[in-house]
Amino acid sequence: MELLFAITIGLLTACGTYLLLRAHTFPVVLGLTLLSYAVNLFLFAMGRLTTGRPPVIGQADTYTDPLPQALVLTAIVIGFAMTAFVVILALRARGELGSDHVDGRGGVPRSVERSRGEDRP
Amino acid sequence: MSHWVIAPLLLPLFTGLVLLLGARLGGRTGLRVQRAIALAATAALLPLTILLLVRADGGGYQVYALGNWAAPFGIVLVLDRLSALLLVLTAALALPALLYALRGSDTAGRHFHALFQFQLLGLNGAFLTGDLFNLFVFFEVLLIASYALLLHGQGPARSRTGLHYVVLNLIGSSLFLFAVGTLYGLTGTLNMAELAVRVAHAAAAEAPLLHAAALLLLVVFALKAALLPLYFWLPRAYAAACTPVAALFAIMTKVGVYAILRIYTLIFGAQAGLLADVALPWLWPLGLATLVLGAIGALAATELRGLIAYLLVVSVGTLLAAIALGGPALLGAALYYLLHTTLVTGGLFLLAGNIRRQRGAHGDQLLAVAPPLRQPALLGVLFFSAAMAVAGMPPLSGFVGKLALLAAATPGAGLSGAQTAWFWGAVLGSGLLGLIALSRAGSRLFWRTGDAPAVAGRADRLRVTAAVLLLGTSPLLSLFAAPVTAYTQAAARQLADPSGYITAVLGHDGRSAYALAARETRP
Repeated sequence: MELLFAITIGLLTACGTYLLLRAHTFPVVLGLTLLSYAVNLFLFAMGRLTTGRPPVIGQADTYTDPLPQALVLTAIVIGFAMTAFVVILALRARGELGSDHVDGRGGVPRSVERSRGEDRP
Repeated sequence: MSHWVIAPLLLPLFTGLVLLLGARLGGRTGLRVQRAIALAATAALLPLTILLLVRADGGGYQVYALGNWAAPFGIVLVLDRLSALLLVLTAALALPALLYALRGSDTAGRHFHALFQFQLLGLNGAFLTGDLFNLFVFFEVLLIASYALLLHGQGPARSRTGLHYVVLNLIGSSLFLFAVGTLYGLTGTLNMAELAVRVAHAAAAEAPLLHAAALLLLVVFALKAALLPLYFWLPRAYAAACTPVAALFAIMTKVGVYAILRIYTLIFGAQAGLLADVALPWLWPLGLATLVLGAIGALAATELRGLIAYLLVVSVGTLLAAIALGGPALLGAALYYLLHTTLVTGGLFLLAGNIRRQRGAHGDQLLAVAPPLRQPALLGVLFFSAAMAVAGMPPLSGFVGKLALLAAATPGAGLSGAQTAWFWGAVLGSGLLGLIALSRAGSRLFWRTGDAPAVAGRADRLRVTAAVLLLGTSPLLSLFAAPVTAYTQAAARQLADPSGYITAVLGHDGRSAYALAARETRP
């Protein structure tokens, strides 16, 4: 089980890293998602992989560590919200820069409006 | 257990929540109500943090156990001299930045004031927490607020740099979690004091993995602090942000510096056994290189705000090189320099906003020939004094800060001759380059102007006041250098001896058999 788990995390991380290095926003968002899956599995495994044991002391002879599960929950919530945010941001950048390249390369800016709240006379 | 310790978190949290509701009011009344609430809360933060500073200066550590769960099982907030100092610094920077924003910058988006408060919540939390995972959570709070603040007002330039900033920091968060997971898997705790005890007693077989986790954390903090290979996002992001946000962001790099200082003195410090001082061999050359490259970047900048952002990079390089050299005297001098550089850089960003308003369509482009400023004397004098402070000319605080740094980095203080030579050379050389860059920028902004009459109206009083408030801290820091330095030296001595921290949090200094016995009973 440990070996399979480790290979899964490694594969997810490798794919995530590869996608992050692509210069377009869609692969980058997918790469971030894969990387956050890898992180969540990794955190979960840090409580050691056990099956059929309760995360409560005194219910059975041994117990499984509940803390990594709580950490994973927090990480999932934050990661999910951030993915939603970065998707919206990528869409906005696509609209404003006219290109889905992360540097806005090769695009014709659709909107020429300046930033609001600027320090202009 | 005094409840004051948690007040710098609760105040911005509840203010932010109320402001979220207040944004629903809409219209001019809604805006006025929001501004009044935000201003009152931010102004209240300053006396509150000063109160905490006075308490922390009493000497002891103030430990606040959240929900009254004792450490290491619950999360603790720990107030010591260093965290109190940074809390005061945050509040002192936030108030003028907010004053500047009240003159219209806050109307470009709906939730500016709420986001501003959440940003303060994240900053204060990161400075106070004594738990590694909690540090991650507060990093996320301050980052999420900063994403939105960076994009505040929108526009293509902000979308592009915002995308870079968000993606880089999300990768940083993933690495942070990998490091935290590894540390938890090996030591079974996330409490920083308990981590320090466990890491110091680590078995030789675990040391390589702990080493990897420590360096992974360094990558994350270096990204926040903008250390050499990871600073390229900073100048463009700060140059694109709206003025009050850029001024507030002057403290953001210092969060990374604070985290490096805390983690690599407490957990991986000199007393950490097999893992003693793991970060220092990396910090020293990278800090120096950041310092030099930042100065070259400042020389090459074509925008005033880009120039200021590079000066921020220079200050981070100086601080991290000084931290890498270590020693309480140098650390104390570095903390004084940190105060000076954060406040003055924030003030320079606000001043750049004022200058931009009087340069017509040319903004802060240094190469363009713009119409003359409406108030060259006022803005020029402010720019001149700010440049003197940054470059380290007497009598302002930059001089005192750099002098203290150089005086503490001598062979007599336990450094090798080569280290002294490199440090002196880099700090003095970058100071000279900064001076050249600033004087060139000043002469272009104020003297090389077109013949056309000034196009802009007079500067707004409140906007100028905000810049003066921040820049005015420089002569004050210089005037009260003795008490401030005494405090920063005491903070540095406190940092150099982490056994006080560990005893305050855990109730024992970790050398007892309990710590090792507890370790054996993990499943």
